[in-house]
Amino acid sequence: MKARVGSAQSVSPQRPELAGGASPFWPKLGRTLRTGPWPTLLLFLPPALLVFTVFVVWPVLQSVYYGFFNWNGYGAPQNWVGFSNFERAFNDPILRNSLFNNLLVVAVSAGIQIPIALWLALMVSDARRSNLIFRAIFFIPYILAEIVVGLIWKYLYDGNYGLVATVCHWFGWRAPFVLALPGWAMAALLVVVVWKYIGFHLALFIAGRQNVSNDVIESARIDGASRWQITRHIILPMMKPVILLSLFFSVLGSFQLFDLIIPLTGGDPLNSTHSMVSYLYTFGIKRMRLGYGSAVALMLFIICVVVMVCYKRFLLREDRAR
Amino acid sequence: MRIRIPLYAYYRWLLLFLAAGLCLLPIWAAVIGGFKSSGDLRTNALGLPREWITDNYLSILVAPRFWQMLGNSAFIALFTVLFTVLVSSMAAFTLAHLRFAGKRWIAGYLTLGLTFPFATAVLPVFIRVRDFGLLDTYWGVILPQVAFNLSFSIVLLRGFFQELPKELFEAALMDGCGYLKIFWRITLPLSRPILATVAVLSLVGSWNNFLLPLVTINSDSLYSWPLGIMQFQGQYSTDWGRVLAFVTLTMIPAIAFYLAAQKHIIAGLTAGAVKG
Repeated sequence: MKARVGSAQSVSPQRPELAGGASPFWPKLGRTLRTGPWPTLLLFLPPALLVFTVFVVWPVLQSVYYGFFNWNGYGAPQNWVGFSNFERAFNDPILRNSLFNNLLVVAVSAGIQIPIALWLALMVSDARRSNLIFRAIFFIPYILAEIVVGLIWKYLYDGNYGLVATVCHWFGWRAPFVLALPGWAMAALLVVVVWKYIGFHLALFIAGRQNVSNDVIESARIDGASRWQITRHIILPMMKPVILLSLFFSVLGSFQLFDLIIPLTGGDPLNSTHSMVSYLYTFGIKRMRLGYGSAVALMLFIICVVVMVCYKRFLLREDRAR
Repeated sequence: MRIRIPLYAYYRWLLLFLAAGLCLLPIWAAVIGGFKSSGDLRTNALGLPREWITDNYLSILVAPRFWQMLGNSAFIALFTVLFTVLVSSMAAFTLAHLRFAGKRWIAGYLTLGLTFPFATAVLPVFIRVRDFGLLDTYWGVILPQVAFNLSFSIVLLRGFFQELPKELFEAALMDGCGYLKIFWRITLPLSRPILATVAVLSLVGSWNNFLLPLVTINSDSLYSWPLGIMQFQGQYSTDWGRVLAFVTLTMIPAIAFYLAAQKHIIAGLTAGAVKG
């Protein structure tokens, strides 16, 4: 790493007495310390590089290595097993189901959550007072901790207490324990995911809507375009980048899903509601199968990298098209 | 046309109120649930309590354990914010204002973290924290949180720093002002809004973090509140009145903070959206 001075030279022409070889070494160094880029670099960059390398890059690289061992976490990994961890992961129906659940979350987000968020965003896009209040309300579920949201909904879904019990009580039905029924549990979880994160997409869409110039909309209105035509042919096409971005965040969010699952179902019934991360936690960390867990983590990283690359390609193409 | 506009207005209001109701209903049920008796919770989830029970709330508020957990979370959050802001602003400053060989490479390296979210890396991070002997310490939570905040914070800050007027730095350098002084006296004071955004985002992230403390902290006395609330729920699993009171008490600071810092939270989200 070679340092060069940017716009100003550290040995400045205004002070020729320092530039000459006659000046003693230390004062010059003192001056460099005060004005040169080198000390700043040496002081400012290493903390970030160190922390980032030690706690992000290094662990990730290590998991590539550990993934090839059968390792319970005690001592150094010694039992090299080649690709068998990966084979086991691919053949595990629970892991496949977890991956399927992640994709289900993305699908529900794309098919239900994003359209609703977009619709609400367009309704509250003018910065009127009432709209600001509605925006704040829609955003509240997003700012609550996942754990808290999970517990509240666990209560609402509880067959003896809560909303399900109350509604069934009105009709005189026997309340089901939704979270204990395979099939239903995942659907119930998806409802919570939609409820929790809709405000996030809404905030993105409101920001995206503000980039659509009102002049264009006004002139279309003068030309006699209906509200629906304006939305369909002007606003939505112009918001396409934000919608893609929102979709990207859904994918990314889906592969982080954990905190909601633990209080709601813990992955049960019959391990049917795991996400990739809750699978990783339950079958890797909790049981100290660190070699196997590393292999699963590695698969997750690869998925993330692929998603990122796809997204960059997609956006770049969008940018070029415009 | 005359008829259609009010029609749209009615339908719009109806839908907005419906959506707002659906957003608030679970929260309302939790807040009011903390005041209810067990019988009420069975049959009356949404209405006001038939008799108001304050014991659920009071018994939590007088428990030192509750305050200890909030204190632990506050300590972790405070240092996470402090280090995130300090370390990332220093790195962003060098990447924005200094010229040196390998700058692009370093900038690219430090933004690698945007690729994978923390949750996917929890197992390797757990191994790392354990190998450093940081299990069951505050630092085992703080340092990885800072590390995983860096990429995003640096992207945000660097973008902002680069927008600051160049003339200011040139003038300062001409006057013999060192880079350290420029950083401290010019860049940081001018960047308060973005620093606030970074601070708020890392504060919320740390305060709500569940997964990392879950895998690194064992001792009850170090529990952060998300761990504590899960333990509490395990203890009083069917005593929903107590659990909901606990839930509500942890929601209050979150919502109050959100209302106070709304501007910065939304700014952080949308800035992230632009930078990707």
